[in-house]
Amino acid sequence: MATVKDIEIRDSAARAAQATEELQDMQGEKMVLNMGPSHPATHGVLRIVLELDGEIITKADPDVGYLHRGDEKIAENMTYTQFIPYTDRLDYLAPLANNVAYALAVEKLLGIEKDLPPRCQYIRVMCAELARISSHLLGLGAFAMDLGAVTVFLLTFTDREKIYNLAEAISGARFTTSYTRIGGVMRDLPPGWLDQCKKFCDEFIPSLNEVETLLTRNRIWVDRVRDLAVISKEDAIDYGLSGPNLRGSGIEWDLRKQQPYLCYPDLEFDIPVGSTGDCYDRYLVRMEEMRQSVRILLQCIKKIPGGADNKTKEPVNVPDGKIVLPPKQNVMTKMEELIHQFILVTQGMNCPPGEIYFGHENPKGELGFYINSRGGGTPYRMKIRAPSFVNLSIIPKIFPGCLVSDTVAILGSLDFVMGECDR
Amino acid sequence: MPALEFAQKIKARFGDLISEPAEFRGGITLKVGDAERIAEVCRYAKNDLDFNYLVDISSVDNYGEDPRWTVVYHLRGLTHGNELRLEAGVSEEKSELPTVTTVWKTADWHEREIYDMMGIRFCGHPDLRRILMWEGYPYFPLRKDFPLAGKPSDLPGIAFSKPAPLEGGPFVTVAGGEDAIHREPRVRNPGD
Repeated sequence: MATVKDIEIRDSAARAAQATEELQDMQGEKMVLNMGPSHPATHGVLRIVLELDGEIITKADPDVGYLHRGDEKIAENMTYTQFIPYTDRLDYLAPLANNVAYALAVEKLLGIEKDLPPRCQYIRVMCAELARISSHLLGLGAFAMDLGAVTVFLLTFTDREKIYNLAEAISGARFTTSYTRIGGVMRDLPPGWLDQCKKFCDEFIPSLNEVETLLTRNRIWVDRVRDLAVISKEDAIDYGLSGPNLRGSGIEWDLRKQQPYLCYPDLEFDIPVGSTGDCYDRYLVRMEEMRQSVRILLQCIKKIPGGADNKTKEPVNVPDGKIVLPPKQNVMTKMEELIHQFILVTQGMNCPPGEIYFGHENPKGELGFYINSRGGGTPYRMKIRAPSFVNLSIIPKIFPGCLVSDTVAILGSLDFVMGECDR
Repeated sequence: MPALEFAQKIKARFGDLISEPAEFRGGITLKVGDAERIAEVCRYAKNDLDFNYLVDISSVDNYGEDPRWTVVYHLRGLTHGNELRLEAGVSEEKSELPTVTTVWKTADWHEREIYDMMGIRFCGHPDLRRILMWEGYPYFPLRKDFPLAGKPSDLPGIAFSKPAPLEGGPFVTVAGGEDAIHREPRVRNPGD
């Protein structure tokens, strides 16, 4: 018969206090350790300057910007449509979700987000949810690998490969998808795609269960991530965390529920939240979010207007020649469409003056676009609110008191991507 | 609309300091007349109206206009779910306004980024350093008079010291230009 035994797990503050006590007469000079920018656990080019007292971190100063490409400057100098490929390169682990977020922001400026055809809305939701699974799988795989569980990495990357195949089938690219257009999507779903997606969903859950059996009750895993880097509710809000990091701290805030967009109100799904806000909770929230994403995908497959082969010819674009490029055949044969095509390509769509902010629930958190328009085809100013940038700003708060070996676990649980952080 | 009610409350509390709420696409914008008092307005919004979450701070360069800078705050209340946008104009000579890091800690990095990109300083900020560009970089790249092609840097070895390959040829469109020649993508230099 199995017996239950209590395991004493103290939080990082208690560990730090004990260590200070033990090291009382060994106090010496503090050491400064440069972690990154090229360090496998920093998942890109994050540099953290750590001040150490022995093994204990006393101060942490993150240094970002190594991947800065000036995306906001670039956006001011091109039409709205031309910027879509740049959004692929923000959170490059979930390009489809970025495409959706950006298109929705510009559509909000144009005031057409309510006119999107239902089929387009369902396609976009499926894109966003596939991107969420893909991003969480990478985050989880890298998180586990950094803590020594290489098997998990191999399992999650096998599933990500299938999502890339799906992305390739709809957009032609595995990574830099650029799939959405302002007012719609690049093209309708290819024949057989929904079946492929259904097959992926059916195979994915057993595979996720396998990962879960490897980690969730694994003594080594739990010991390393539980009660580590606890973020209280108040701190999570004060530091502006978003996405799974905010929900991991027990705050039920998901833009898909609180400020619904696309067809999310028609879909059933739950928002998982954590209870203590430690690394383990953030891991559990991501695991459950993947299951909820599969639930959303399965509902979309069932409910999408037009079905798999779109026999009823449901549109996927807004029927407005001044926003969406007309079909090529009409451009070649009709005067008005030719004019629309010419104006759209050379000048872009005519946006009204004004300013909007749109936040999208991306896998990493709230990806927001603030667009300040003075009319015409280019934004006067576009600010990208990158969730990774904001989520990383809590590092100086949570690192002190942790061990050097804890840094990889904390960074893995925060799940950031530098392409988006540095823009 | 509840967001409008919150805007009216701020207006009632601060009177002439705050402009009439402007609405566009469902978003409410309030202009704060005196940038020196932005922290005070923010603290009131957080403590009394429960706008506990600062989504973002952005900045706009109104090149050739006065005031040159607009700093834009996006506030949200996670308990009531409403959003509000506060804007403060800052003149080029001054280029400084009070920090709101004392209200929300998340403002720290947002303000550092605005200082880095636009050169607007935040009075009372605990650690106002550059964040995306490197320490010692001499320009503020998001200003409208900074060319898209970049400028040579006098720090060879740290970053490229020659202009970016786009020099001479970024094809730039002007939003809302008066005629087709302005609206078309063309080679342009700042000041044209």
